[in-house]
Amino acid sequence: MDDAMQSPALGAGGLLFDGPEWNFELVQRVYDACAEIALGEMGLDIYPNQIEVITAEQMLDAYTSIGMPLMYRHWSFGKRFAREETLYRKGHRALAYELVINSNPCINYIMEENTMTMQLLVIAHAAFGHNHFFKNNYLFQQWTRADAILDYLDFAKNYVSKCEEKYGIEKVEQVLDWAHALMSHGVHRYIGPRRQSADESRARSLARLEYEEATYNDLWRTVPKGEDGEGSLTRGGAEASTLGLPEENILYFLEKHAPKLADWQRELLRIVRRIAEYLHPQRQTKVMNEGCATFTHFEILNRLYDRGRISEGSMLEFLHSHSSVVFQPGFRDRRFGGMNPYALGFEMMRDIKRMVEEPTAEDREWFPDLAGTGDSMAALREIWADYRDESFVHQYLSPKLIRDFRFFTLEDDAEEDDMEVSAIHDEAGYRRVRRALAKQYDVAAHDPRIEVVEANLSGNRRLLLRHTVINERLLSKSETEQTLQCLANLWGHRVKLLEVCAETDDVLVEHDALPRPS
Amino acid sequence: MRVIDRRLNPKSKSLGNRQRFIRRAKADIREAVQDALKRRKVSDVEGAEKVRIRARSVREPSFSHGNEQGKRSYVLPGNKDHQVGDYIPKPPSGAGGAGSDGSPDGEGEDDFVFTLSKEEFLDVFFEDLALPNMEKTKLAKMKAFAPARAGFSSDGAPAKLAYTRTMRNSLARRIALGRPRKGEIQALEEALFRAEARGDVAEATRLRALVEALSEKRRRVAYIDPLDLRYRRYEMRPKPTTQAVMFCLMDASASMTEGLKDLAKRFFMLLYIFLSRHYEEIDIVFIRHTSIAAEVDEDTFFRGVQTGGTVVSTALEEMLRVVEERYPVDDWNIYAAQASDGHNFSDDMERCLQLLNGDILPMCQYFAYIEVVEREFARSRFASQLWAGYRDIDDPRFAMRRASSPGEIFPVFHELFAKSSAA
Repeated sequence: MDDAMQSPALGAGGLLFDGPEWNFELVQRVYDACAEIALGEMGLDIYPNQIEVITAEQMLDAYTSIGMPLMYRHWSFGKRFAREETLYRKGHRALAYELVINSNPCINYIMEENTMTMQLLVIAHAAFGHNHFFKNNYLFQQWTRADAILDYLDFAKNYVSKCEEKYGIEKVEQVLDWAHALMSHGVHRYIGPRRQSADESRARSLARLEYEEATYNDLWRTVPKGEDGEGSLTRGGAEASTLGLPEENILYFLEKHAPKLADWQRELLRIVRRIAEYLHPQRQTKVMNEGCATFTHFEILNRLYDRGRISEGSMLEFLHSHSSVVFQPGFRDRRFGGMNPYALGFEMMRDIKRMVEEPTAEDREWFPDLAGTGDSMAALREIWADYRDESFVHQYLSPKLIRDFRFFTLEDDAEEDDMEVSAIHDEAGYRRVRRALAKQYDVAAHDPRIEVVEANLSGNRRLLLRHTVINERLLSKSETEQTLQCLANLWGHRVKLLEVCAETDDVLVEHDALPRPS
Repeated sequence: MRVIDRRLNPKSKSLGNRQRFIRRAKADIREAVQDALKRRKVSDVEGAEKVRIRARSVREPSFSHGNEQGKRSYVLPGNKDHQVGDYIPKPPSGAGGAGSDGSPDGEGEDDFVFTLSKEEFLDVFFEDLALPNMEKTKLAKMKAFAPARAGFSSDGAPAKLAYTRTMRNSLARRIALGRPRKGEIQALEEALFRAEARGDVAEATRLRALVEALSEKRRRVAYIDPLDLRYRRYEMRPKPTTQAVMFCLMDASASMTEGLKDLAKRFFMLLYIFLSRHYEEIDIVFIRHTSIAAEVDEDTFFRGVQTGGTVVSTALEEMLRVVEERYPVDDWNIYAAQASDGHNFSDDMERCLQLLNGDILPMCQYFAYIEVVEREFARSRFASQLWAGYRDIDDPRFAMRRASSPGEIFPVFHELFAKSSAA
């Protein structure tokens, strides 16, 4: 260990570190100091942490493979890597400081180039903030299994590479391409994934059998059957119900029912679907997740500074990167690129803390259950557990923040030349702005609603899909044709997609695709 | 909490993905090179390492809303002076206000530029090509020799003395034979001096004998003995020739239009890149001819127009002259590419064949004749003067092809150098 580190000023209650250099012992010491505050004072609840030190190249690699530590090989990750690398080398974009995996133990990547202050920031942000969110938010609990994901990815990676060996890279790549195209329609949005293990399903079918045996009655044998007996299950309405139609999880449907796929191809679809499921909560909680992590690091760093455990220099360095992370340019600004989830999330968390501790009259009126209750951490922990972006914004965006951000809503009708300002930060507009912003974070409203509605399994085997068109928003034509082509290739027969107006049930556009053997 | 150092994990984990990506984008990469061929000079075409990948060729489609129809609303921050009911003009498509409507993963559909390493670039480009007659090149051209270090020897020229090695031997020998040090003898001499001063005769005699014995030993065991000497040894090793000269011969008469010259230029460029993969140094010689031939610089070669008849043999003679003057056959690999629209003086053909068969082909690695023709004649069966004449040449080093459009150049080139047909 460095001599400098042993100077008396750096003892138990003094500075945790001095200077920009980091080493493993310091990381440990800083981690312990963070843990004291995060777990002891803020009451966070986390998975055990595993901190991994990596190089810049490894960082690029990790986050171009959808942020997974292990991932199967695919050209699209290479494409992302090439793009990010070019931007990074040109200096257009800084690398992410950290990457954290929703797993148990929770894996945090920190980069070797970072200064000690940055390592501290990253540990406070990811190892405590994100970690707490992963472990406690209901969506993550419902959709992901932190203790199994690494094993699953390992399995997926090996499976894909085995398939590549056996069937050739091109064949595997094709299936993955097609499956990736449908990835956004690879989750059961409304019910969550079925969590039935093989054991459970075996037990269930055994129980069913036992029940049938126990309640056996010979009389049923004598009841005359319909003419086509069980054969009718494959036709008409009965068919739809066996196949579980309508089905919004297209990948799931193909995996189970596509007539021409080989077993390994089904397994590939399953892998892509499982990864889509795993990522599903992240898409829905960007603001909250980043808000939680940013709030956590801000609290920890400030408390450390107040107690004289980090130097003023470190604090300034921290504030510099913190303020650039939570910077939100206005819509006229050249730097504007949409809402910054860090900015909105952080400000909302801070605003909640303010309302709990020092409410104004307005807050009491708008948030009677929250304002002035006193324990801000308890309130925040509850919110972090029970909401996703849409419901969170809908519930907790306060008029004060709407004024601070100077939010306004714009109505854009493709047929008009101009966009109309429909609400601004005033008494009449608060609720409207809030509703519109919440909707903007609704993933379900963002992705087009497409379902498999009809599958003919015995005749021409045509697959019929329906896009429910809301607000006259049709699908983009070229994208849809390409995606539908992928779908047709997987299905193996003709596929038709109808775009149907939600209100009138009129068919607005029809797309059609035949499988293209390659 | 555990801290794990992963920095030493295998590097380039992403290499597999990168290779897959490059394979995917191959069509684009080819096109980018074709573009580069148009713009650049023959000799700096190699610099084309940046490749623009069009988004559409590596598109990952998904079901998404189009932007052309429908109603939507945005929430934006930073309102300074707008009131309800104000109208704001739409930003030009794809920019500004619609920022919140980007694709879910934040990726636009823009083209992007990325840098291909030179190796990757050329690999993609020449994936199935091989240099013709490579085997022969190696065997036939092992004539240049270069000195190469080959250990040490115990004799040699003083200039080649290997000091470190020599001193190491010397030290080992001195230690082994126990050569007395100077300091040791001096100490004894001082003791002797003191003994003499005291008048201790017995001790002085003993010491004197000792000093003499040690001095004697020191004389006998030399500091550096001829045995210690080592010299750096060099061997003359045959050196494969790493330089090539490429002759570009072109008909410059008026019948060669700009379009035909452009075709020829593309072919020359391809040949240049191809050769530059195999040789460290490449010279290019441009020779254009009408009824007389001259060596010219690149600009003149491609731009200038001359009038006059067409006598191909003049160019071949000029090439022979340049070879004789500057490129000794033993030191240079010689490649030649001739581009022409096929016209020649009919009386000249005999002379051409004589030159080719007798002088030029024997010294060349490869001679490619490419006949560039206007598209309307491409399908005709009509054989030009040159084509008809060259058809009879039977030599593995000679090849000829016809091309009528830029798109054909690469395939033609490919055909000429395809591995399977390599002699």
